[in-house]
Amino acid sequence: MTAEARLARVLIALGLGLTAVVAAALFVGSAGLTPGAVIEVLAGRATADSTERVVVLSLRLPRIAVAAIAGGALAVAGVGFQALTRNPLAEPSVIGVSSGAAFGVVVAQLTGGGAGLGDTFRLVAFGLAGALVAGITVYLVATTQAGFPVPTLLLSGVIVGVFFSAAITVITSLVDINRLGGIIHWLLGNIGPVAPASLLVFAVLAAIGVLLILLRARELNVLALGEESAVQLGVDAERLKRQIFFGAALLTAAVVAFTGPIGFVGLIVPHVLRMLLGSDNRFLVPAAFVGGAIFLLGADTLARNIVAPAELSVGVITSFCGAPFFVYLLRTRYRGGLP
Amino acid sequence: MSAALVELSDVGFRYPGPAPARRFGLSGLSFSIGAGEILGVIGPNSAGKTTLIRLLTRVLDPTDGRVLVEGVALSEWPRWRLAQRIAVVPQELPPAMPFTVEELVLMGRYPHAPRRFFETSADRAVARESMEATGVLPLAAQPLGALSGGERQRAVLARALAQRPRLLVLDEPTAHLDLRYQAECVGLLRRLNRDEGLTIVLVSHDLNLAAEVSDRLLLLAGGRAVRVGAPAEVLDEALLASVYGCAVVVDENVATGRPVVHVVYPEPLPKGGGNTEVRS
Repeated sequence: MTAEARLARVLIALGLGLTAVVAAALFVGSAGLTPGAVIEVLAGRATADSTERVVVLSLRLPRIAVAAIAGGALAVAGVGFQALTRNPLAEPSVIGVSSGAAFGVVVAQLTGGGAGLGDTFRLVAFGLAGALVAGITVYLVATTQAGFPVPTLLLSGVIVGVFFSAAITVITSLVDINRLGGIIHWLLGNIGPVAPASLLVFAVLAAIGVLLILLRARELNVLALGEESAVQLGVDAERLKRQIFFGAALLTAAVVAFTGPIGFVGLIVPHVLRMLLGSDNRFLVPAAFVGGAIFLLGADTLARNIVAPAELSVGVITSFCGAPFFVYLLRTRYRGGLP
Repeated sequence: MSAALVELSDVGFRYPGPAPARRFGLSGLSFSIGAGEILGVIGPNSAGKTTLIRLLTRVLDPTDGRVLVEGVALSEWPRWRLAQRIAVVPQELPPAMPFTVEELVLMGRYPHAPRRFFETSADRAVARESMEATGVLPLAAQPLGALSGGERQRAVLARALAQRPRLLVLDEPTAHLDLRYQAECVGLLRRLNRDEGLTIVLVSHDLNLAAEVSDRLLLLAGGRAVRVGAPAEVLDEALLASVYGCAVVVDENVATGRPVVHVVYPEPLPKGGGNTEVRS
């Protein structure tokens, strides 16, 4: 079987999984719609102002799209950071990049007030700036002659994450308490419906970030040999690292701006896929996008149904899954440490 | 020896930073590597051998002098084109390499089509030939982490051969190999040199391996070329003793006529101290 055929089979299999989760997310919810009612809406036979139509088209479908894009983006960002640092535990929330992005977005939220597209871009730009600052700081603190050893990467990620969390606390302590409710809810990591224009912006930003990483997937494989060997094989390692870092930071910032910081998606999804598919980034990156979409959409569907009619934050679900997974990885696979 | 494939003219390199880093640099290095030649590079630790490899492969740019490959300044070669000409076999792979042998060897095809997403069937055929030549074809689907040190080394050699280079630079190629695989590795290098005209630079601490395989030796010490010439000219007892700081005896391999170097190990210090007596 050729590599192209194998990739197609992987994506078809994951696509079927995503279809199943999308269907579950469409048909299940606290509104108590019957499957027939949902199908009527999807077939365009519901009346224009019916509750069913509002629930399916204005609430569930946009939320499904946001969850799928965010999950895919976070998983690809995880693959990018892991390949870049040659460290399989690197993940936006673990290495502090999510916290940096969150700090940027909080600053943007408290210094602006619009709800249009301009404000969306501003949130993402501030988030990206925060993610870049956090990522560069972790890079400078964690890098050693031997690369990114697990202990220094994790410690510097924790330090940077704590610093930005403290900075968020300082800022939120200084503002009017009436403006805090939304921010605190957002900081827990929540997926909600987004206006079509903003959704389009989110999709475009995610596509740019994914393409920046996907198009260099073959070189990322070579980078695993070490920077010197990659250069000797013809890779412009510095340019590659900058592009992957920017792509992964952009994905993280976009997700944080639209949903708040959601942890561990970039750790769990790439690890599971590596066990199934191997470590070739040309398979891993596209598979991580679909796999991440499945995971986060599944988690969000659980989050909005498990305590219905109330809702859990999806970040709570991913953290409940991710924290034990992280401990499992540390205690089993990486007990002896990595370079 | 035919026309020069690589020429170094008064090449120097200084690492930035304090003195301990600078001592690994090079200065005033001038020599050429002829097409089809096997050049052995020897010298004590921190002589500048690794720096020389980095200069030959444009990982570092010289601070003085110039390096020409096929008559063209190294700085004018796009990296991927240079990687079609020069392949490096490093001492070892990173410890956590999550790829199979075949995936590793296919990485050697990268410089031949850097913009291609997947390798072609022609690339796979070249990879297969390279794995066959180094005896790792039966291990193609094995993860690198499951291989012995010798098998990993042969997989890395297969990756370098998959680049189809004109110049193969080997950094301690037999460091992880037992005697049988050392012999096979040497046989393979000789065959590639003889049958395919592959030029080889062999960097090694193993003076006898270098003497056995090489047409010429380059002896580096303190970042300078101390002597370049036929193995018998370079492996001189007095010269080696002054460069390495220990007594050696050089005799001849009766089977090949090549020089063989024996280290004269010092006696242990007598209990209670005293000077070390070097006996020969």
